[in-house]
Amino acid sequence: MFNIPRWKSLAILASVLLAIILALPNVLPTDTRAKLRDYGLRPVTLGLDLQGGINILLEIDRKDLHNRLSEQLVGDIRSTLREARIGYNGINRFDSGVRVRIAKPEDMDKAKTELRKLIQPLDTGFFGGGATAALFTLSDQAQQITFSFSEPGLDAKVAGAIAQSLKIIEKRVNPDGVVEATIQQQGKDRIVVQIPGVQDSEEIKRRLDRTAKLTFQLLCESQPTSEGQNPPPDCKALPVKDEPQNIIWVQTSSRATVDGADLVDAKGTFDQNNNPVVSFRFNTKGAERFGRLTRDNVGKPFAIILDDVVVSYPRINEPILGGSGQISGNFTTQETNDLAIVLRSGALPAKLTIVEERTVGPSLGSDSIRAGLIACAIGLAAVLVFMVIAYGLFGIFADIALLANLTLLLGVMSFLGFTLTLPGIAGIVLTMGMAVDSNVLVFERVREEWKNGRTAINAIETGFRAALGTIVDANVTTLIAAAVLFGIGSGPIKGFAVTLSVGIITTVFTAFTLTQLIIAYWVRKTRPKEVPL
Amino acid sequence: MKGIRFIPDGTTLRFMRISRFGYLASGILCALSLVLFLTVGLNVGVDFKGGTVITIRTEQPANLDQLRSTINGLGLGAAELQEFGTPNDVLIRIGVQDGGEEAQQAAIQKIKDALGPGVDYRSVEVVGPKVSGELAQEGIVAVVASIICVLIYIWFRFEWQFAAGAVLSLLHDVVLTIGLFCLLRIEFNLQIIAAILTIVGYSLNDTVVIFDRIREFLRKYKSMPLADLIDFSINSVLPRTILTSTTTLIALLSLYIFGGEVIAGFTFTMIWGVIVGTYSSYFVAAPVLLLFGTERESKKAEAKAAVAARP
Repeated sequence: MFNIPRWKSLAILASVLLAIILALPNVLPTDTRAKLRDYGLRPVTLGLDLQGGINILLEIDRKDLHNRLSEQLVGDIRSTLREARIGYNGINRFDSGVRVRIAKPEDMDKAKTELRKLIQPLDTGFFGGGATAALFTLSDQAQQITFSFSEPGLDAKVAGAIAQSLKIIEKRVNPDGVVEATIQQQGKDRIVVQIPGVQDSEEIKRRLDRTAKLTFQLLCESQPTSEGQNPPPDCKALPVKDEPQNIIWVQTSSRATVDGADLVDAKGTFDQNNNPVVSFRFNTKGAERFGRLTRDNVGKPFAIILDDVVVSYPRINEPILGGSGQISGNFTTQETNDLAIVLRSGALPAKLTIVEERTVGPSLGSDSIRAGLIACAIGLAAVLVFMVIAYGLFGIFADIALLANLTLLLGVMSFLGFTLTLPGIAGIVLTMGMAVDSNVLVFERVREEWKNGRTAINAIETGFRAALGTIVDANVTTLIAAAVLFGIGSGPIKGFAVTLSVGIITTVFTAFTLTQLIIAYWVRKTRPKEVPL
Repeated sequence: MKGIRFIPDGTTLRFMRISRFGYLASGILCALSLVLFLTVGLNVGVDFKGGTVITIRTEQPANLDQLRSTINGLGLGAAELQEFGTPNDVLIRIGVQDGGEEAQQAAIQKIKDALGPGVDYRSVEVVGPKVSGELAQEGIVAVVASIICVLIYIWFRFEWQFAAGAVLSLLHDVVLTIGLFCLLRIEFNLQIIAAILTIVGYSLNDTVVIFDRIREFLRKYKSMPLADLIDFSINSVLPRTILTSTTTLIALLSLYIFGGEVIAGFTFTMIWGVIVGTYSSYFVAAPVLLLFGTERESKKAEAKAAVAARP
């Protein structure tokens, strides 16, 4: 083993040199770093717990999606039956679908044929090649026709809604494209949003979990006179922003509604009285509809409704034909800016709720980095000294290997873009302990062989060979635990699993290469008669 | 240049002779841990039971009593407050609010409004009722899955008796760790699960080193009684175990002392794990081998039986 071929020694030294180069950006001043970035050399990515930031898990509200779909279905059923001139006694929604009662038994067959057209199949697979499923299944009994949600159909809707939400959230989090945010789907119905360096988490949250469904609807002829009154058919009771007692009835028919989905632009500005407002602009289709609605209803009030709350209900003074307008409603500047961002991004297809939030302020992040660095430095120094005390010259060899190992770890983490978290720093500290272990195993074995009466060189050779097997066995078990941790853990824990795994691999690598090389060199140079252990 | 020997060479400590005391001690401690777990229970953190943890830094040293009455006046249930590292840092914990996921967000806003400006929000963690249940489940799955994976690996590399010894010692370590957490009322959260998994790895590392030596000596000293052979193996790896545990503990202690409050629970668990993991390799994993025997022993028994059966 002492005759390590020249190419192999060079390869080992080259890999250590490479590790030093890869790890270098971590210790260089910021302006030099920027230059190195062009060559793919960058410092290790810090996790949100170290650089500060917000981590939010959003979940799509299935119930809300459900409600919207059945509401839409009710509208569709109504217009279908009306167009086909089929009388019905009632449409009602229940937990898993919609029921409709047809007035005359002789209309049943016609009704079934007409209504069946409403249940188009949905694409549930990727790239259009997958299986298809209808959102509803149809069944009938006597004069009643029942639409029931199908699970695969709903799943497809959820998948679609998530895909759409991802794009919308990207726009909301990053309206100017300057934030380094990560927005990813997690599982079937969740979205993870990670934004480093956020100062105000509340502002971000207000943008995320707001559906931002904007509509303009005419008010009903009659308005409630006392509390708890039921609105007439085709009307809906809605609360008013900043006026907790006030309830307003608005018309629900599509002829009395303009949808905010046709907005092309929105921004926060001020009106002539210097109050913050949101100005918006419609696309051609929206402008046409908005123009028609305002022209036909001059003098009447209409409600501007955002997420089922009436923001304001101004009177239409003149037809608004240019397709642009303003929303006022006692806003602050902050509110109008937020509102403009969410309106520009479009409405979410269903409500998203925040199911988990972890925010680390920048001050805690930098404190953690400082504490982690100090702990690493002191721990490292103590281990280095201890090894020299315990093993003398061989301790110095072990120290060189340990330093090379940590450099490799840092280099690999930086280059491959793994994230370093606070538990990850703990993983590095633990790696120090484990890395030393591989050397201890070798040295103890060599010493044993030497005590058993072998010659020094022979003892070193045998000891090394015997210890390497143990090193692999002992490290594979830890690697298994780390792999499980990586597979199951999330966020910072994953960061720990990463450093631990990389640390184990570099440890085994150094034990097999660098330590061997150093000792081989020493043996060849000094031809020892004694093992200094 | 030679080093200093901390452990004399050629120790002949009779570990197997005192193994029954080891069994007894471990048995009692495990039983106590289980009793504590069932009666006192774990101090489960927000990761697993849901709720909100906010850590704040105030400009002046915080007046905990005043803060507590402010927050308890918000109608969010009983809030727990404690100093977090320095007198200016306070950790505030409130339980899951009724009213679903949105109610949790509303609660934070209430607290922020009540505390007013001049407070630095160092961290906010909100875990809703739904996610917390899942995290608890994932944590249990992670620990069980890692133990099973390790069992398979050791079975594959050694014999089933070794795997049994390793897994029993792992369970021992996990149970004692949980017991300690029940006793000391330290918060049990996701970080601790990670720490336990690392203990699993570390404890095994030790066990495997001993097993490796036992396997080697089994081949070398075919007639040595198993108890003596195990003792011999343990004694010959003793210096390594002590040295490695010491260096790992040095590194971890430095992290515990200087690494800050956020990671203290994690490091504490690891320190405990190194101690208990080393102990269990010696007093649980190895004695279990003695209990079950190895392939060598069962072959000997078979041979004897064959001789006896001959007319």
